Amino acid sequence: MLLLSIDWSFIIEKLILISVILGASLGVATYATWGERKVAAWMQDRKGPSRAGPFGLLQPIADGIKLFFKEEIIPNDANRFLFILGPSLAMLTACMASAVVPWGPSIELESGRVIALQVADINIGILYVFGVVSVGVYGIMLGGWASNNKYSLMGSVRAASQAISYELAMGISLIALLMMTGTLSLAEIVNQQHGFWENGWFTWNVAKQPLGFIIFLVCAFAELNRAPFDLPEAESELVAGYHTEYSSMKLGFYLFAEYVNLFISSAILITLFFGGYNFPFMDQVAGSVSPVVFSIICVLVLLTKTIMMILFFMFIRWTIPRFRYDQLMNLGWKSLIPLALVNMLITGAIIIWVLN
Amino acid sequence: MNPHQLVFWILSVIAIGGALGVILSRNPVASVLFLIVTFFAVSGHYILLNAQFLAIVNIIVYAGAIMVLFLYVIMLMNLNGDVEPQKSKLLQFAGIISGGILFLVLLAAFKTTQLSTTPINASTSIGLISELGQVLFTRFVFPFEISSILFLSAMVGAVVIGKKD
Amino acid sequence: MLSVLLNSPANTTINYLPIVIQLVVAIGFVAFMMSVTHLLGPKRRTSDKLANFESGIESVGNARQPMAIKYFLVAILFVLFDVEVIFFYPYAVNFKALGKEGFLAVLMFVAFFLVGFIYIRKRGALDWEE
Repeated sequence: MLLLSIDWSFIIEKLILISVILGASLGVATYATWGERKVAAWMQDRKGPSRAGPFGLLQPIADGIKLFFKEEIIPNDANRFLFILGPSLAMLTACMASAVVPWGPSIELESGRVIALQVADINIGILYVFGVVSVGVYGIMLGGWASNNKYSLMGSVRAASQAISYELAMGISLIALLMMTGTLSLAEIVNQQHGFWENGWFTWNVAKQPLGFIIFLVCAFAELNRAPFDLPEAESELVAGYHTEYSSMKLGFYLFAEYVNLFISSAILITLFFGGYNFPFMDQVAGSVSPVVFSIICVLVLLTKTIMMILFFMFIRWTIPRFRYDQLMNLGWKSLIPLALVNMLITGAIIIWVLN
Repeated sequence: MNPHQLVFWILSVIAIGGALGVILSRNPVASVLFLIVTFFAVSGHYILLNAQFLAIVNIIVYAGAIMVLFLYVIMLMNLNGDVEPQKSKLLQFAGIISGGILFLVLLAAFKTTQLSTTPINASTSIGLISELGQVLFTRFVFPFEISSILFLSAMVGAVVIGKKD
Repeated sequence: MLSVLLNSPANTTINYLPIVIQLVVAIGFVAFMMSVTHLLGPKRRTSDKLANFESGIESVGNARQPMAIKYFLVAILFVLFDVEVIFFYPYAVNFKALGKEGFLAVLMFVAFFLVGFIYIRKRGALDWEE
């Protein structure tokens, strides 16, 4: 009786969607490594990977295969279970954040069945992302501690301190945006940014909350451990930080998780501030093509925007040198948190006393 | 048994198993991990009751913030076997006595409680963030302000202890 | 019972089912990759290889050592601020409905928040340079 009461077509639909999204995020992450090397090469007037396949396009696949066939080393002094759990958790949290991102408008089939291009539309969507991010600290912390290596310990403690410090500013910077949207559901936030121009102003949130966006972006850099905030894995001082002792696919998981996170955070940034899958003149386009084609166009628009965001992250990485740890903490605690609070209060005051 | 009940029982087993793991495991880091598992199971229970905000706050604050603090404390401690403080027999005995007394009190309290027979309606929306905010900032606005003073005192305490030099 | 709830808006328990499915898929993926890579690679263990890396120098002691109290202090302050930030979310959702009274209540809350923040700064709890 129990099995009969479950709507299996719903579960199969979601399973397919989840597999596609996870596969796509892993694919994008794989090719983001290639993109990163190409961008770095371009900015430094080099060629970058160019031997494996045309333009070195097979390079990430070769790298992946290499990681699989490398010897797996677990140091004698390490805590074996936690040593394996660390990278697994990092990858797991990276895979979980994509659940609430709306990838496109719902498709209504002829049979009347509505297929949502979002795994779970929950009304606390943003808080879910924060929950996943806050749990993501453990992967790095446990891995670094379990290695029983002083560099790794330093790296993991730095990583955790950095992540929790910037989580605060990130949370406060979003409040101002949420005061305007009045909802935490990402699907609804995207719907509110429909089109591009309305009532004499942009509909995208970046035009309504520019300061909030900048604070959120800086925090995203820090949460992703990306340059200029890549202190947890500072090669020159910490010998790769928390993953000094890692090899084989366990190292691959840490590196991979970082790129999956990069992809998903870019998608979330686009969803929150750059209109998600919305684009100018979308109503005219919707009128002239079938709903399925329209949904595909929307997904492609979102992916294009996301890739542009990823490229922006890469340009910054190869432009700005690494911060010092005290500078990092000062920026997070002494500048961004007060700034985000002020932004929140000013937004509230303007909406209540000026716009009303 | 409907799916709702099945999920409830699975989550309960995970929660109780995790809680037992916290007190039975010898490695303090493993205890912290078991505690995180317990929090997740409890969050699952909140979701079953449709208390979504509480569920996610439980994860963000307890699993994501307080447990990080616990891990820090454990990392701050010197975990080498040879310097671990040896607990005296007297201390162990005192521990057993106080734990037993607490257990008795809990047992007595449990025996006298009137278990509510009205089922909690999972379709209620009181646990949603908008309803919660509406109540928190109108009826309970005074306790809300008081809590900020509580935070202030906690901050002062933390800084006084942490910066003692 | 499940199928009835499927078409309900985004505020019921059933909306969390896909997240559970995703969790199961993700755990399966991670476990599969971990075991495959465990089976595939060569295994030639030597004691030198399994020693901890310390720039090629014989390591002294191990990494189970106390750390600077600053990190600890940051973690405590994070817990406190995190709870305060969580309080803003229900407010932000109801911001327009609560109007002026709600805003003043939050203003007072933020004032206490700032008093604590300024105290922390003045006491130097956030200074890393020293």
